[in-house]
Amino acid sequence: MSGLGFTFFNLEVMARYLPAILQGFVLTIYLAVLIVISGIALGLVLALIRVLQIKPINALIVIAVDMLRALPPLVLIILLYFALPAAGVRLSGFGSTWLSLALVLAAFAEEIFWAGILSVPRGQWEAARSTGLSFAEALRFVVLPQAARLTVAPLTNRAIAITKGTALGSVVAVPEILTQATTAQSFSGNPSPLTLGAAAYLILFIPMVVLGRSIERRFSWKR
Amino acid sequence: MQVTPAAQASSTGAAAQKRVLLDIRGLRKSFGGVEVLSGIDLAVRERELVFIIGPSGSGKSTLLRCCNRLEEPSGGTIVVDGENILDPRVDINAMRRRIGMVFQSFNLYPHLTALGNVALALRRSLGRSKADAGTAARAALARVGLAEKAAAYPAELSGGQQQRVAIARALALEPKIMLFDEPTSALDPELVGSVLRVMRDMREAGMTMVVVSHEMQFARAAADRILFIDKGRIVEEGPPQQIFERPREVRTREFVMQLTHREGIEP
Repeated sequence: MSGLGFTFFNLEVMARYLPAILQGFVLTIYLAVLIVISGIALGLVLALIRVLQIKPINALIVIAVDMLRALPPLVLIILLYFALPAAGVRLSGFGSTWLSLALVLAAFAEEIFWAGILSVPRGQWEAARSTGLSFAEALRFVVLPQAARLTVAPLTNRAIAITKGTALGSVVAVPEILTQATTAQSFSGNPSPLTLGAAAYLILFIPMVVLGRSIERRFSWKR
Repeated sequence: MQVTPAAQASSTGAAAQKRVLLDIRGLRKSFGGVEVLSGIDLAVRERELVFIIGPSGSGKSTLLRCCNRLEEPSGGTIVVDGENILDPRVDINAMRRRIGMVFQSFNLYPHLTALGNVALALRRSLGRSKADAGTAARAALARVGLAEKAAAYPAELSGGQQQRVAIARALALEPKIMLFDEPTSALDPELVGSVLRVMRDMREAGMTMVVVSHEMQFARAAADRILFIDKGRIVEEGPPQQIFERPREVRTREFVMQLTHREGIEP
């Protein structure tokens, strides 16, 4: 027991590296917020473009979305980080992690929004249009509010799953929680910073999971 | 004003002097090579209540849905209140505000209250202020006897109440003409009466109405004219007495017999 305590719960080591883990914590939050906002916004825009039913554009969206959903996010991060410079574009580790995860979230969000929009019965469009609302007004005031209700739960789950992928940024030296923890581990020769890192992830994501569940419950009520 | 053959056929009573509000000529509609409407001519005059009956698949709903271009006609002309709604330059959204429509499945917006359902188009389509739209929406709900249900969501209302809210939603825009697409077909029998009462009130208030429905008793009591449609054509049209008591066409007689038998009324 004392061996386990010394190895994983070494308070002296933990205290020494707490500031570094905290820095990683703040950076991870920053990165996660960026990913969620840009990913969901892009996904919504793609779904709205798809509603316009322009065949070649829709085909492009479907191909791009399928590729992004098929690729492991880590592969995408490494590709953007190591391959793009050959094409003359240099992204930082932070930039390539943000862009990769935002694109993956956008792909899933587009599918979720699209499914939500499709699930609104045709009669809702017809009723709205029959009262003189334009296509855009019918979409905004009648269809999207109903679609949103159905998208909140899957969107929250997907956003959590993908923002957890910020840990993949450690591969391209983004100083987020996992990077700070493994660095501290190699400097101290003790894995206690990893315990601290795990705690930091829990503190960050448990509220999101709880929030997701309460949103889900709230939106599944009155209909 | 030109008098169409359809209008001449109906030139009984006071309706003959009134202006034609809906003028349909040579209307055709095909769905992927299958012709659903094969040349329909129909003139509906101000304050007239025209009933459309016919077997399922005869094209009666499609005819109605062409009148506000929920379906795009394949040929012919449709003039509503003096404007050809098939003209590509026409502002179809502005025209639709003058053409109220009530659907079989109500199609109320489930995320909005009864008041919100009625007020939405007033605000977004007519651009009225929130207070102004609210007042007009309350007045429309009062007309269908649901003033006290303004804050209720559709899920909290009976089918009959939902359909009346849907009628109020169309009425609030003060349309020139109202189209009813089987307004009582999705209702439990005991709720049908409340909707028909509202429709009768509207007729008495002078609304021009085109109704697709199987409510034969209502047709007999309230319609000025009944059209019997089969296979995309008007088979026979005339006042209710003609259609119900001495139809000229065999097909009309057979159809009316079937329907009235089903209702338990003597043919």
